[in-house]
Amino acid sequence: MSTTVICLENVSKRFIIRKEKSLKERIVNRGRSNLHKEDFWALNDVTLDIASGTSVGLVGPNGSGKSTLLKMIGGIIQPTTGSIRLRGRLAALLELGAGFHPDLTGRENVFLNASILGLTRSQTEGYFDAIVDFSGIERFIDTQVKFYSSGMYVRLAFAVAVHVNPDILLIDEVLAVGDEPFQRKCMDRIRGFQKEGRTIVLVSHSLDQVADICDRAIVLENGAVKADGIPRDALRVLRDDFEITRLEDVERAQIAATMVGTTAIRARVAAVTLATDGALASHVTMRPGEDLKVRIRVETEEPLDDWFLGIAINTSLGQCVFATNTKLMEIALPRVTRAAEFQFRLPRVELGEGDYSVDAAVFLASGLEAHRLVEGAQIVVKASGRTLGFLHLEPEFTLL
Amino acid sequence: MSTEALVRARALAEEPLRAAGPVMGFASGTLNSLRDLWAHRELLGLLVRREIKARYKDSVLGLFWSLLRPLTMLLIYYIAVGKFLGASRGIDDFAIYIFTGLTAWNLFAEIVSSGTSSIVANAGLVKKVYLPREVFPLSTTGSALFNFGIQLLVLVGATIIAGKLPHGANLMYLPVSFILLLAFSTALALLLAAVNVFLRDVQYLVEISLMVLFWASPTVYSWAQVAKVAHGWLAELYLANPMTLAILGFQRGFWVSGANSVVPGHLEARLWIACGVSLVLLWLCQRIFTRLQGNFAQEL
Repeated sequence: MSTTVICLENVSKRFIIRKEKSLKERIVNRGRSNLHKEDFWALNDVTLDIASGTSVGLVGPNGSGKSTLLKMIGGIIQPTTGSIRLRGRLAALLELGAGFHPDLTGRENVFLNASILGLTRSQTEGYFDAIVDFSGIERFIDTQVKFYSSGMYVRLAFAVAVHVNPDILLIDEVLAVGDEPFQRKCMDRIRGFQKEGRTIVLVSHSLDQVADICDRAIVLENGAVKADGIPRDALRVLRDDFEITRLEDVERAQIAATMVGTTAIRARVAAVTLATDGALASHVTMRPGEDLKVRIRVETEEPLDDWFLGIAINTSLGQCVFATNTKLMEIALPRVTRAAEFQFRLPRVELGEGDYSVDAAVFLASGLEAHRLVEGAQIVVKASGRTLGFLHLEPEFTLL
Repeated sequence: MSTEALVRARALAEEPLRAAGPVMGFASGTLNSLRDLWAHRELLGLLVRREIKARYKDSVLGLFWSLLRPLTMLLIYYIAVGKFLGASRGIDDFAIYIFTGLTAWNLFAEIVSSGTSSIVANAGLVKKVYLPREVFPLSTTGSALFNFGIQLLVLVGATIIAGKLPHGANLMYLPVSFILLLAFSTALALLLAAVNVFLRDVQYLVEISLMVLFWASPTVYSWAQVAKVAHGWLAELYLANPMTLAILGFQRGFWVSGANSVVPGHLEARLWIACGVSLVLLWLCQRIFTRLQGNFAQEL
């Protein structure tokens, strides 16, 4: 049985961007005040229901309204129109150590911060040892927090935050704190929260984290819900989006480069096409484990001697997952006078689910890159959805 | 789903949906605000303690400084205004008279001035955590009350040393004056704190206004001196100032030597009326505060 704990109905939020703040400026610019004013709809007609016990990831590009939505659920800002209703106790971790006073000791700040997050004094006393233990800074608990390192500060703040006892927990990009063991401790705590049936609403730019923690993802774009569903599908929508933005950037950069005329194109990669077993195309959809042919057309104005050719497969974030070139493969390439086509064959490409792009480049003997065709072709890998990461494996599981 | 999760979901299903953030509306909103504040009373206490502790952080004399300020003011006014300008003529026990007025005035000034900047000073919290925002002006009120308490102790000590311990029926002026003073200054603090978020000029305006208002109440001179020059509507205007009434009320209570001095007519009635008006004002200002606080986070 699940209950709606957060209910948003037609929620919109308008920000008025106004430059002047002081009385003088307002009076002086009174006539023009409306010109200085600028409406900005951070959220537009959002309707959502969140059931108890679910972990929801809010994702989207910068400025899509994620944090605004989270702040409105937390009651920190009010919607312009629409209503937001809640059930149960809510704790918002929008910023770690909000309310820490630098001149108070760690101990005093624990009590203050816990109280801000809604714990009573006796509850805090009960949790105090656990909080200090979790933070791992026993030795400094009676030191003023202004002398803390940033890591210690954040550790103590997070320790307080995870000991609050909320039904709904709002988290805004605060999980990436502390060193690795501490982060692991935090994630364990979050999982504990999930098991206890607490509702978690998380804003994150780390899509992997969302895929990892959440059982529902909501993609926001320009203040509207673009996708809402299980993380895998929702995140795919977002990744596609990022890809489009990135391609546009690349195009712009290329145009800029040719206009400046920085690269004297002597030899160039004219085209990259791909095929699994069907026809060649600049865009293929494949399953893990299929063979991939990469065909490259090289054109040159002058005869090309003593050169080599390389390819690379990159993730949508631009990370290289595979690369090779004919020099590494110890193949000598023939002289090219005008144009030629070459083909790499990659057997059993075990790529994980996601979008990838293929770069191809012509290198001169010196190692100098004569030309690189960035994102010459696109690969979309569709897998079972049972694994994450760039490498695809078929995992088996046995109880021993 | 684990059993724990089921139990939680079932418990939550029993609860009604409530609105996120403060409730507008007059009657229901007031009730809600009060309930919210009551739920956060421990936090309020901690914030007051934070204000007091952090103020004289790392100073050797610590809280002693909060005493030194009014004592210095007392000395200055006693010598400069009392002796040099001759205001003490006709006012018996001038030191006690001044200190009574100063104690009351300092409470008012501190609540209003630190209350005004309280929301802006706590911007970090206001933007990141939902709390009934009234706790910030109220916590400055609390720390001002603490200072007031210390000064009151000194005042009572002084009356004992002077052998003029307040007693009798005039003590009845104290509670009503105190409530009037507290309600009026807290109302102003709430209103100005909210307005200051949108218009930062307010805090400077408040500083200057306090300077002027200090001389508009009979702290370092007496009502008798005012009554000599101000008649009719001017005197009424002077007495319409709640602070004037509150300070007069305090002086009736603490300044034993002045038991037979001239007081405005119907002082007690005026005090009660001003007290009632201030309480209504406090409620109105709280409502305005609630209306404005929805936009605090985005304006800071």
